[in-house]
Amino acid sequence: MGLRTPLYDSHVAANARMVDFGGWDMPVNYGSQIEEHHIVRRDAGMFDVSHMCVVDLAGARTRECLRHLLANDVAKLKVPGKALYSCMLNEAGGVIDDLIVYFLSESAFRLVVNAGTRDKDIAWITAQAMAYGVTVTPRADLAMIAVQGPNARAKAATLLGEYAAAALQVPPFSGAACGSCFVARTGYTGEDGWEVMLAATEAPAFWQKLIQAGVAPCGLGARDTLRLEAGMNLYGNDMDEAVSPLESGLAWTVAFEPADRSFIGRAALDAQRARGNLRKFVGLVLEERGVLRGHQKVMAGAAGEGELTSGTFSPTLERSIGFARVPAATGETVQVDIRGKLLNARVVKLSFVRNGKPSGDVATAVSRG
Amino acid sequence: MTTPADLKFLKSHEWARTESDGTVTIGISDHAQNALGDLVFVDVPEVGKTLAAGDACAVVESVKAASDVYSPVSGEVIANNDALGATPELINTDPYGAGWIARIRPSNAAELAKLLDAAAYDQIAAAEGH
Repeated sequence: MGLRTPLYDSHVAANARMVDFGGWDMPVNYGSQIEEHHIVRRDAGMFDVSHMCVVDLAGARTRECLRHLLANDVAKLKVPGKALYSCMLNEAGGVIDDLIVYFLSESAFRLVVNAGTRDKDIAWITAQAMAYGVTVTPRADLAMIAVQGPNARAKAATLLGEYAAAALQVPPFSGAACGSCFVARTGYTGEDGWEVMLAATEAPAFWQKLIQAGVAPCGLGARDTLRLEAGMNLYGNDMDEAVSPLESGLAWTVAFEPADRSFIGRAALDAQRARGNLRKFVGLVLEERGVLRGHQKVMAGAAGEGELTSGTFSPTLERSIGFARVPAATGETVQVDIRGKLLNARVVKLSFVRNGKPSGDVATAVSRG
Repeated sequence: MTTPADLKFLKSHEWARTESDGTVTIGISDHAQNALGDLVFVDVPEVGKTLAAGDACAVVESVKAASDVYSPVSGEVIANNDALGATPELINTDPYGAGWIARIRPSNAAELAKLLDAAAYDQIAAAEGH
C-alpha cells in the first residue's frame, strides 16, 4: 500500500482508477482521461495535488536565504502574496527540483515542491537555511486541490462565502489567505484557476462541495496531457539533477541579474553560458500517425541527435506532441525513431495550447499538416 | 462487461475467436482496454505477414503508454481492422466486436486448444484487479 492523501477515500468512492505515483496511491482517471482533459479546457475540473509538499520558511533572513537557494530571484517579489516559479539547483547547476515560492511577509515565505523529491528537498533546504537562522516546516497537515478551467474560479468561489470577492480579486500568479484556505491563482494546465491549500481534515468536505458546484474530478492522466499542451516541464522527465535548466527550456526562470547575486549553481551556469553551444529544448508536433514518448531518439540531420523527454497524444490538437532536448543547430523539422520507424515531426516553440486555443506556432504547424 | 464464452485468451489479455470459415480473429480484452485507458493509436499487423504464436504483432497506445499485442496463434494475417486508424477508441467501446485488430489463417489449429477459456481468463483478470 502506498501513501494516501486525505482525499483517497473520495477517489475510491468515485470509482477512480488508482495507480502508484512516486509512492502515492493517486487517481489516474475517473473514467475517460480524454474527457477529463476537455472538461478542464472548456469548463472546470479539479485535481487532488495533496501529494505535493507545502514547506513554510520563517525568519527575518528568509528572503536573503532564498536569494541564495533559488536560481530565480525572490527580490522580484515585492507585493505580499506574489508567487515565483524557480529551479533549485545543486552546485553543478543540475536541477534538484522545480517549485513555486510565495511571498507571504518579510519573515514568511511558502514553497510548494514536488512529491517525488520531498525528502531530498527538505534535507537540502534545511541544510541551507541553517546559516540564515531560517526555520523550515513541512506542512503535512495541509491538503491541496487544483481547480482549473475557464469556469473554475467562478464555480469554486461559491464555496468561499464572505471571502469569495477577495479570492476572485487574487491576480495571476499570486495567492492570498481566504478564511481557512490559502487561494493561489496558479496551476499546471495552461488554464485559469486556483490551487487551494487547506487543512487536510477539511479537504474531503471541500472536494464534495466542489463536485456539487459543478467541478469535475480529474486524474493525474489528464493533468499530464494538459501540462504537456501548456508546455510545462515535469521534474524527473524533462529535467533532473544531471541536466542544466539552460538545456531544459528554463533559462527564463534563471535570474542572472543582478550579476553579484551568488545563488547555488551560478558558477556552473555561467561557465555553460560562456562555453555556448547548449542544446535546445523544443516542442515537437508529430506529422504522421503515432505517439511521441519520452526517451525516443530524435534525428536532426547534420545537427546531430537528441531525445524526447516527454510525449503524449494531445486531445486538443488530436495529434501527438512532445518535448525534446536537441542540438543547438536543429532546424524546423526532425525525425523521431518510433519502434524502428523514422517519422517526421515539426519543431515548435513551447507551448502548444493556452487558454483552450492552439498557440501561434502550433496553429501554423497543425494547419499545414 | 461479460466475457463472451466463445473466446479464448492469452494471459497477456489478447482474445482469439475461431470463425465459421476456420480463420481466427484477434483483439484485446475488455479488462486490457480498461487498464490502458483511452486508446489513441493502433499499429495493426500488415496483411500477408506470417506470425508465430506469441509474436508481438500489433501495438496499442493509450494516452498513457504503448503496449505490445501478442498473437495467440501462428499463421498468416489475412485482414486487419482499417477502422482503428481513424477511430482507435473502438477498442474501448467494443473490444470484442468493432474493436477487433486482425484476422489470421491459423497454421496450427492445436495451438487454439492451449489458450485459456473465458472463465479461466476472468479469474486471471480479477486477480490482477484494477
